[in-house]
Amino acid sequence: MPDVQIQYSKSASMYQLFFRKENDQKTTHYCPGCGHGTAQKLIASVIDELAIQDRTVFLSPVGCSVFSYYYFDTGNIQCSHGRAPAVATGIRRTLSDAIIIAYQGDGDLAGIGMTEIVHAANRGENITVFFINNAIYGMTGGQMAPTTPIGVKTLTTPEGRSKSRDGNPIGMCELLASLQAPAYIERCSLSTPKQVLRTRLAIKKALDYQVRKKGFSFVEILSPCPTNWRMSPLDARAWIAGELEGDIFPLKCFRDVPQEIQPDSLSVIRPDIVTLLTKDSILKTSYDGPPRAPKYIKIAGFGGQGVLSAGELVAFSALEEGFNVSWLPSYGPEMRGGSANASVICSDEPIGSPVVDCPNVLIAMNNPSLELFENSVTNNGIIVLNSSLVERKPRRTDVKTYAIPATDIAKKAGLVSAANVVMITALAAITGFLHVSTVKHSIGNVLRKKLYTDKNLEIVENTLSYLREKEMM
Amino acid sequence: MGIRLMKGNDAVVFGALMGGCTHFFGYPITPASEIAQQAAYWFPLAGRHFLQAESEVSVINMLYGASSAGARVMTASSGPGIALMGEGLSYMAGACLPAVVVDMQRSGPGLGNIWPEQSDYNMVVKGGGHGDYRTIVLAPYSAQEMFEMTMKSFEIADRYRMTVFILSDAYIGQMMEQVSIEGIPSESGKKDWAVYADAQSRSNLITSIYMNIEKQSEHNRKLQKTYEKASRELLEFEHVATEDAQVVFVAYGICARICLSAVRSLRRLGLKVGLFRPKTLWPLPEQEIKQFAAAKKTLVVVELSSGMLASDISLYANGATEVLHIGSFGGATPTVTSLVDRIIEHIGDRHA
Repeated sequence: MPDVQIQYSKSASMYQLFFRKENDQKTTHYCPGCGHGTAQKLIASVIDELAIQDRTVFLSPVGCSVFSYYYFDTGNIQCSHGRAPAVATGIRRTLSDAIIIAYQGDGDLAGIGMTEIVHAANRGENITVFFINNAIYGMTGGQMAPTTPIGVKTLTTPEGRSKSRDGNPIGMCELLASLQAPAYIERCSLSTPKQVLRTRLAIKKALDYQVRKKGFSFVEILSPCPTNWRMSPLDARAWIAGELEGDIFPLKCFRDVPQEIQPDSLSVIRPDIVTLLTKDSILKTSYDGPPRAPKYIKIAGFGGQGVLSAGELVAFSALEEGFNVSWLPSYGPEMRGGSANASVICSDEPIGSPVVDCPNVLIAMNNPSLELFENSVTNNGIIVLNSSLVERKPRRTDVKTYAIPATDIAKKAGLVSAANVVMITALAAITGFLHVSTVKHSIGNVLRKKLYTDKNLEIVENTLSYLREKEMM
Repeated sequence: MGIRLMKGNDAVVFGALMGGCTHFFGYPITPASEIAQQAAYWFPLAGRHFLQAESEVSVINMLYGASSAGARVMTASSGPGIALMGEGLSYMAGACLPAVVVDMQRSGPGLGNIWPEQSDYNMVVKGGGHGDYRTIVLAPYSAQEMFEMTMKSFEIADRYRMTVFILSDAYIGQMMEQVSIEGIPSESGKKDWAVYADAQSRSNLITSIYMNIEKQSEHNRKLQKTYEKASRELLEFEHVATEDAQVVFVAYGICARICLSAVRSLRRLGLKVGLFRPKTLWPLPEQEIKQFAAAKKTLVVVELSSGMLASDISLYANGATEVLHIGSFGGATPTVTSLVDRIIEHIGDRHA
């Protein structure tokens, strides 16, 4: 210990001596007459009174109070400019019993951090925000803040803040009071000893609400900055009382409605993760027969025809039959109403590129799909087309074509959206590369609407009847 | 163990849960939104936390908070969102906070489009945020690797107290493949530096500012030492038929998959072509590139950008061998046929 005698003691939650962590200086880094010292002593005394020192996490902002951790003997986290309410949210979700204090200046909170404070307040985070409003950027040397009054000269408003150029000073309490979730919002001041004592009451109420899990609490504290206001400490306090506390920033309680915060029960239930993630997993049969010819499949149609789920049905079935598979969709805005296509590869060897440039199977659900992809089909490839909608025959003579009135078969069974199931059933039955029984089994796993599983299975049978009738299988 | 047919994006969430991630903070962006959606579904089922933030700026700061409090945290986004996180990533690096961030790359610059590019390489591999810091960058090329790499990234992040990036692309995220859910689930241990809001951790401080030149310089030296250690210990790569190859493709993500098919086609034609696939982009396998260069193997870097990876490869090759670049933009990907033709043409030229 250094050779210093302590004459009187501070709150236990404030270090008795400020060994600034880098330079071992014993004084505070705040200027004479600054309000931060007063506000922070009040907060420390309330932390002591509520006996929450060990539970407290103090968030220092960017600004003059960036080094609050020199003073608070609590858990300490320094935050980036304006983001303390988001940081507090992250902590809140992690430590349910922590007392979280975000201590922010006017530039930090009402300027760059406007989004974070509004959303944390709107979620009703059970945290406490102390908003030190001294109407100026202090640490950077005295530039205009979002709360600087009209006409006040700063380094960036040398002729005074102009309403038409810079807008009016922002009332944060008024703004936050428009939200439903906050439990407590009050504006206080450090202008006179009486106001200082009132401020302490507000700080206590705010922290007490957090301790009792009553929701979001916000205390704005009008605070002097003699250095950047170019005033003596006494004049600075008089200026708060005379200029700030009047019409611009009226002192009052804007909200006092304690909320019932539901305890976070999530972390209590912790199921076995492997069991959770592996239930409903696929039974892949290992295949050890002769190598099977790989299938490079392109399925194309318009949005709503179930092109992507048709691809998924093939991939799922092929996986169950021991293939390596890949499924790659066209995706994005084009899916909604436009054309859609899926590339599916089924192969015994590990799959390289999942992109199917030259399919050996093309499933064309509509006219544009045949136009777009016919020429890319490999020699001796297969085209299965939905003859209900595709009006012409393929021009290619080196490929096998199968015309299936898929939409008609599906419509006849009362489920027009199942044309995709007709096409995949036909592909399996005609080529034999998948067992129809596997496709039937996969339908329940792949198609989202379980309600229609039986209908889809009926459609598989109808498709098989059609193929037998036409001697296609 | 179980097998699932899943999108790469979905596999990320399964990997995260197996890797002990307890907190997912997200913001929607195509083509990464499925990750947040799946997390919103699975995390609560697993007794863990999902929260949709108001912006990517808030996301990264929520990660900062939860990570400060000792949690295993993650998010997923795409280029524009990752750019917004730049400052927060730098703060996390400065404060030595572990996190996992997934970048499903889309086309840029600006709003670009939602199809794949690999043009976030410089932003993610070289930093993105301000200051002298690094992030560990893993590059999966399949749904299985999306699962495995995400799973192990939490332990890596904790070990080095660094951000681990999963740098992937829209194709790998949107593609469905077989994923084997296997491995031993892990959980975060108690961290002696974290702020737990209790008596034991009360003196802990999370910060990145040191208003003293010696202290800041000492801190930064410590960071560099960590990076040096991580770069020695984390290198991962895969050789495919490179030993006798005259031409070696260098690629990651979707391009590595396309190159794999090209290598098979070229080998069937009797041409000696291989693939070298960095599985870590930071650290990037420098020695392997130098060995290729010393052996005079032609290096063909295939990537969906103007040559961001290629410029690093050229740097390591240092003029000792030829480094070619095949790139594309805007969501276009090179086809297997185009790669095959290009290599045949190149080998033909050299023998002409």
